[in-house]
Amino acid sequence: MDARLGFSVVKTFTSEPDEAPVVRLRNFSRRFGPNVIIDGLDLDIAPGEFVALLGRSGSGKTTLLRTLAGLDEVSGQDVTVPGSRAVVFQDARLLPWKLVWKNVGLGLKGDALRERSEKALHEVGLGHRLDAWPLTLSGGEAQRVALARALVREPELLLLDEPFAALDALTRYRMHDLVLALWRVHRPAVLMVTHDVEEAIALADRILVLDGGRIVAEERIGVERGQRGGLSARLREKLLSHLGGDHGEDVVSLVQAAE
Amino acid sequence: MTALSISAQKAGQTARKPFSLSAFGGRWLSPVLLLLLWELGSRVGVIPERTLAAPSAVMGALFEMIISGELPSNLLVSFGRVAVGLFIGVGLGTILGLVSGLSRSGELIVDPLMQIKRTIPALALTPLFIVWFGIGETPKIALIAFGTIFPVYLNLFSGIRSVDPRLLEAARSFGLSRAEQIWHVVLPAAFPALLVGLRYALSVSILVLVVAEQINASAGLGYLINNARDFMRTDIIVVCLMVYAILGLLADWGVRAIERRALVWRPSIVEQ
Repeated sequence: MDARLGFSVVKTFTSEPDEAPVVRLRNFSRRFGPNVIIDGLDLDIAPGEFVALLGRSGSGKTTLLRTLAGLDEVSGQDVTVPGSRAVVFQDARLLPWKLVWKNVGLGLKGDALRERSEKALHEVGLGHRLDAWPLTLSGGEAQRVALARALVREPELLLLDEPFAALDALTRYRMHDLVLALWRVHRPAVLMVTHDVEEAIALADRILVLDGGRIVAEERIGVERGQRGGLSARLREKLLSHLGGDHGEDVVSLVQAAE
Repeated sequence: MTALSISAQKAGQTARKPFSLSAFGGRWLSPVLLLLLWELGSRVGVIPERTLAAPSAVMGALFEMIISGELPSNLLVSFGRVAVGLFIGVGLGTILGLVSGLSRSGELIVDPLMQIKRTIPALALTPLFIVWFGIGETPKIALIAFGTIFPVYLNLFSGIRSVDPRLLEAARSFGLSRAEQIWHVVLPAAFPALLVGLRYALSVSILVLVVAEQINASAGLGYLINNARDFMRTDIIVVCLMVYAILGLLADWGVRAIERRALVWRPSIVEQ
């Protein structure tokens, strides 16, 4: 079990070399004017892999997510992303003038839209809110609708942009369970951007730490989800030290003091 | 102990029941009182009839004009002018607002013209419109149309431009085309602003109507007022003023009704 905890600051490795990754970035850079946001980044995500991306604000994690979501134009770069992607944003971003089920089916082609939306909403436990207006939903409900809206598209790549950051602790834990359950059923590759180390440890197969536009640490977790309590403390400490930057010592000592 | 004595004191105060205006009709009190004073003044002779007719005389004139059909027929003429003028003005304002709001080059072409137009008060164009269109229906309708373009244009434009970019981004992330983004996100988001513009346009249209109908009208509310002025019939003048006020109220009520139906998704309306 301990071997897994050894830090491997590795540039790249695919989780299963024989399986073609769904996401593949090579020497990816992104700059706005003189500011280099992402600097020579290599990244592979295998099909069905759950990757958490940790980073401070300004570390480039949102830029990376926007690139993978196809929201930023990338030209002349070695970027491969699957055609079917879906994003869940930190704020649910539902259209307030469309009923919940129409939000879920937004932009979908084909017939039986309502049935498909209904099925997705049932999966997130909101079958009864089909005909509600988004602004009447609680934060947790809105975020579950956003999840349904992403899943109804059967994405190969699901991008989660700090999706639980605005939720209260209890709702957040419920959402963790829900996301894992849905992930097990649908098996999309997941890239979850977060600044919450606990969340990353609880959910991901692999954790990346992004700092200054580079991946500074990479950690693969083989322990079953639900049995990760034991490795939390040590792993968290390591991840935090990479995350901390200037304030690293403070953060780590606080964590140690708490234990 | 102190808490007890304080609460006892408070109980004693509330028991005395302080004087409250709301027991005497609340907000209705002052208008009704004013009407009564006005009526009294007319009866006693403080207010001569050629200055201002008594409320009872006004009501009498109102019924008389309704029964004779004089008021309904002229009201219909005025209503028609407003309807046609608004249709043209709101239509043009909407089209120009869409062109200017949805495209940068559209904004470059349309917006400067609209800003120039804004600096010219619509009513100041009355002489020019008379020269151009004569003294028939056309200048009246043209004035109303001209005056109502801008409020619709400005509100729609700003409504389109203040669409939440995060919602647009979400729509884009789900692969919606530009046209789909406009249809599903931009237009619904700008609709409340369009309704605000419509509300402004309605009040402008009635204001312009009042002035436009002074142009040699042979029918309409303005004609009634002009006639009444010549015969010093203050009761008829007041009736027409009332009708103008009611028109304004109805217009506002109409837009509110549209809002209630079209903006049900808004929480303040959802809660009701």
